[in-house]
Amino acid sequence: MIDLKKIEHLAMLARLELSDEQKKSLSDTLPSIIEYMDILNEVDTTNVAPTYQSTGLTNVTREDVIDSDYNLGQSMLEHTNHDLQNDQIKVKSVFN
Amino acid sequence: MLENFTIESLIQGYKDKKFSVSEVVSDYYERIAKVNPDYNVYVSLCRDLAEQRVSNMSEYNIDKHLLYGVPLGLKDLFSYKGSELTAASKILKGFKPSYNAVSTQRILDHGGIVLGMVNTDQFACGASNETSAYGPVNNPYNREYVSGGSSGGSASLIPLNLGVFATGTDTGGSIRQPASFCNAVGLKPTYGRIPRAGVIPMASSLDTVGHLTKTVMDSAIVLQAMAGTHKHDSTSPDVPVDDYKSYVHKGVKGMKIGIPKEYFTDFNDPEVTKQVMKSIDVLKSQGAEIVEISLPYTKYGVAVYYIVSPCELSANMERYDGVRYGNFTKDDVNNLFEYYTKTRGQGLGEEILRRIMVGTFCLSSESYEAYYLKAQKVRTLLIEDFKNAFKQVDLIAGPVSPTPAFKLNSKANNPLEMYQCDALTIPSNCAGIPGISVPAGFTNSGLPVGLQLLAPHFSEGKLFSAAQVVENEFKYFSQVPSL
Repeated sequence: MIDLKKIEHLAMLARLELSDEQKKSLSDTLPSIIEYMDILNEVDTTNVAPTYQSTGLTNVTREDVIDSDYNLGQSMLEHTNHDLQNDQIKVKSVFN
Repeated sequence: MLENFTIESLIQGYKDKKFSVSEVVSDYYERIAKVNPDYNVYVSLCRDLAEQRVSNMSEYNIDKHLLYGVPLGLKDLFSYKGSELTAASKILKGFKPSYNAVSTQRILDHGGIVLGMVNTDQFACGASNETSAYGPVNNPYNREYVSGGSSGGSASLIPLNLGVFATGTDTGGSIRQPASFCNAVGLKPTYGRIPRAGVIPMASSLDTVGHLTKTVMDSAIVLQAMAGTHKHDSTSPDVPVDDYKSYVHKGVKGMKIGIPKEYFTDFNDPEVTKQVMKSIDVLKSQGAEIVEISLPYTKYGVAVYYIVSPCELSANMERYDGVRYGNFTKDDVNNLFEYYTKTRGQGLGEEILRRIMVGTFCLSSESYEAYYLKAQKVRTLLIEDFKNAFKQVDLIAGPVSPTPAFKLNSKANNPLEMYQCDALTIPSNCAGIPGISVPAGFTNSGLPVGLQLLAPHFSEGKLFSAAQVVENEFKYFSQVPSL
């Protein structure tokens, strides 16, 4: 049952602040979407294994070495919208 | 005056010294300036980067590099160092990636020249390009109609000749459906055939990188340039890359082509069925054996997809937290939680919010088994459908979309109706098999229709063989819209 309370709970889990208008729009559309999914109950899936990957690859690994193609630390400094201080990203205070 | 170039005709023109790369690129920018305002195809241009590449063309060899001097558009999901990348969203407005996507890099390595980024549904979530923060793309054949989506900009670009080709991504039909709405050739390769690294993700087990072109041969050429495994995408299988061009003119003699009865239902627009059957008749007259087949789980595809893809999307969207990159809330916040919720609530579009909510619901501990796990099991059955079919036939043929393009705003407020647009393309994404949309003519009111062909994993070559037979007969790509 997707009611307003449920929507607020899901939004909290997904870290979304919703306006009243957004909540209204979701209350109007989510229940019918979820209800539509019940069509899957027509299908007997006893002894059917779930699929997570479609080309049959399993446990693809690489060597445990640093990949020098990407310098993610440097690229974050180049592309952040926050202020920088001593090569560190300055964000707002986040603790009460 | 700019010709309606294909990759082949453009490169031949360079070889014959009819024009230079610099002239062609500047003509394309002139055309974009004139045409783009009416169709909203490009969302940003990178003329400085393009001109820099033009001046470095001497590094490339016209006989060796498949995309020598070929101007193109990148869907606004493909990282291109130095160019803005937004996924048509507010939250990434102004973001510039610091490296090239593997696919972008391969295009550049073959001498391609990126003109700019083209419009898409926001984070590729949509079937009409109407969820873009930049607004919709207009259909080139009737401006009151949608371009399709999510690769709407890429599809519209083709008949408008705002580039020679464009990249796209196909998670549930996002290359093939807009290609069919806009009279373009749209290829969704096998899952992983082109690495995804550097392309903004939507649903990782379904996302497929591909492209939209004017002709089948061009599609084979672009795939040749981009295909092959890469260490930055562990889901790109290490399977040898075929010589795709060698398949294009092979024909269909002796090929068995299956027509699934579930792809021709009462939901289909009769004009779509009529055009698609005309193309299938051509395949038959050219020597293919046409047999009726059944894909009985087709009708569950939309439900499977709209559980699995929002679940994967909701996980992928976690990264937009306003800390590492992208925009963030300017409101005063009391703590980190509020910082996240305000940043995300304000920065993400309505359809993204809806899908994150659906995904969060389906993954929550109380719903996981009933929805996510159930959908992944039915997904197995959808795959079995195709496995059984390909024991009998080489290819599957049907419509791309049950309808031609629809009017702008006619479905935007009814997500469930919008989701049904992908009913005939979703099953192949669930199975990871390749598919192509080939122009199959027009409705009486002049809207394009597409024929869909599907093949087993890594059999893109067969798709080209059959698609070329249809193209030879009708040459619909030459029917460009009057502007």
